[in-house]
Amino acid sequence: MISKDLVIIGGGPAGLCAARMAAEAGQSAILIDRNAKLGGQLIKQTHMFFGSEKQYAKTRGIDIAKKLLDDVGSYPELIEVWEDATVVGLYPDKVITVLKQEKYLKIQAKAIIVATGASEKVLAFENNDLPGIYGAGAVQTLMNVYGVKPGNKIIMVGSGNIGLIVSYQLMQAGVEVVSLVEASPNIGGYKVHAAKLRRYGVEINTSCTIKKAIGKEAVEKVVTIKLDENWNEIPGTEKTYEVDAICIAVGLTPLTSLLSMIGCEMKYISELGGLVPVTNKYHETSIDNIYVCGDSSGIEEASSAIVEGYLTGLIASSKLGKKHPKFAELVDDFQSQLENLRNGPFGAKIRQGLKKLGGSVDA
Amino acid sequence: MRIEKHPILNFEKERKKIHFTFNGHPAFGFEGDTIASALHALGVKKLSHSIELKRPRGFYCAIGNCSSCQMTVDGVPNVKTCITELKAGMEVKVQTNKGELYDK
Repeated sequence: MISKDLVIIGGGPAGLCAARMAAEAGQSAILIDRNAKLGGQLIKQTHMFFGSEKQYAKTRGIDIAKKLLDDVGSYPELIEVWEDATVVGLYPDKVITVLKQEKYLKIQAKAIIVATGASEKVLAFENNDLPGIYGAGAVQTLMNVYGVKPGNKIIMVGSGNIGLIVSYQLMQAGVEVVSLVEASPNIGGYKVHAAKLRRYGVEINTSCTIKKAIGKEAVEKVVTIKLDENWNEIPGTEKTYEVDAICIAVGLTPLTSLLSMIGCEMKYISELGGLVPVTNKYHETSIDNIYVCGDSSGIEEASSAIVEGYLTGLIASSKLGKKHPKFAELVDDFQSQLENLRNGPFGAKIRQGLKKLGGSVDA
Repeated sequence: MRIEKHPILNFEKERKKIHFTFNGHPAFGFEGDTIASALHALGVKKLSHSIELKRPRGFYCAIGNCSSCQMTVDGVPNVKTCITELKAGMEVKVQTNKGELYDK
C-alpha cells in the first residue's frame, strides 16, 4: 500500500490545475490519468477559447493543454504523474485502487480530488447504434488527434457551441456537413459561430430532429423530421440525406461513478448534466476531504474547469496544512473569475443548476 | 479517410507505417494511431456487434467510455481499441462472444 496525503484523479484541465496549485502551496500529490497522455479533452480542441485572459482566452485548446502540462511539469519533486492508470475503486477509508499498466495498486490517501470529467450523451432514434454514429467529442478526437475523417458526408445534431464548433472543424478537415439539426426552435450556442457556418453554406434546421438512421453495416442515410411547438413530429416533413456519418452533440453528463462508489451524497440536476455530487462552497463533497472539480461536478466550459481546479487545489492543500502564501487573495480571485464566467444569458442554466444544488455558489 | 490538408494542424506525412492484421488480413496504420483510428482510416467502421442480436457496432465516444469498440487483440478479449495504441504485429479480431477470461 502506497501512502499519499493528496491524490488527484483525472489529468484534464481541472485535475492539472488542482495539481499545479497544490504544488504552488508546497503540497505533494499523485496525479492519476487513465490515458497515455495528460490534458483531457483539451488535446483535441483546435478552436480558440472565449472568456478572459486569465483562462487563456484567444488561445487554442491544444495550446492551453501544453501550457497546463508545462505548469505541472515544473514541480517534478512534488507532483508524481501516473499515466495509463485507471482508478477502479474508491473506498470510504480513502483507499484508492488503481490498475496501472496491468498492475493492481492500492493508495491510502488523506484527501482526494475527483476531476474525472464527463461522458457524451446519446440520442434515441431508430438504428442509433449503427457504426458511423459518433459523439461530437469522438469526431474531434478522430480528426484532431489522429488526423482521420469520420466520413465524407455528415449530419450534425445539436446547435450548442460544441455542435457549431465541431461542424466548422469538420469543414476544416474536408468533410461535407450536409445539415445541422436542432430540436429546439432556437440555436443553442453563440450566434457568431452559427453565422460563420451559414456563411460557409451549412443549413441550420431548427425544430428538427433525426427520425432514423438507415444502413446495413454502417450509416448510409439519415431521415430528419420537423417538430411542432410541443416537440411532436410533424408527419410528412421527413427529409432523407445520404450521409456516411452522424455526429451527436446533445450535451455531456458528469462522470461521477467513483463519487457514488465512495458514498457521496448525489443529486440529479438536469441543468448540470445529470447526477452530481452535493458540495459546499469549498468544492468539498458530503465526505470530509473528498473534493470534486471540473465537469464531474457539473457540466460547464473548460475555462470554468481550469478555475475550479485552481480553487480546489488551493483549498485541499490548505486543509492538509499547506496554506498557499497568497491563499485569501487567490480564493477571492478564483471565485470572482467563476462568477464572471457564469454571468450573462449563457450562464443562466448553470446558475439555476447551482441554485438547485444548494449550499454552494461555485460548485 | 485521412485528412489531407488542415488549416491549423499539421499531420506529418512521413509517419512510420505500422503493420498489423485485422481478422487475419494484412492492415496498416501510422505511428500514433490507436487500433480504432487505424481501422477507421482504412474504412473499417464495424468493430464489434451486440451480444444477443449481433447488430453491428462501431465506436461512439473514442475516449474509452462507451465500450462499443471492444475487440480481441492478441487473444485478449474486450480490449478498448479506441484508446489502445497500435503496435506492430498486433492480431486484431472482431470478437464473436462476450469474451472468455482468456481465449488464447
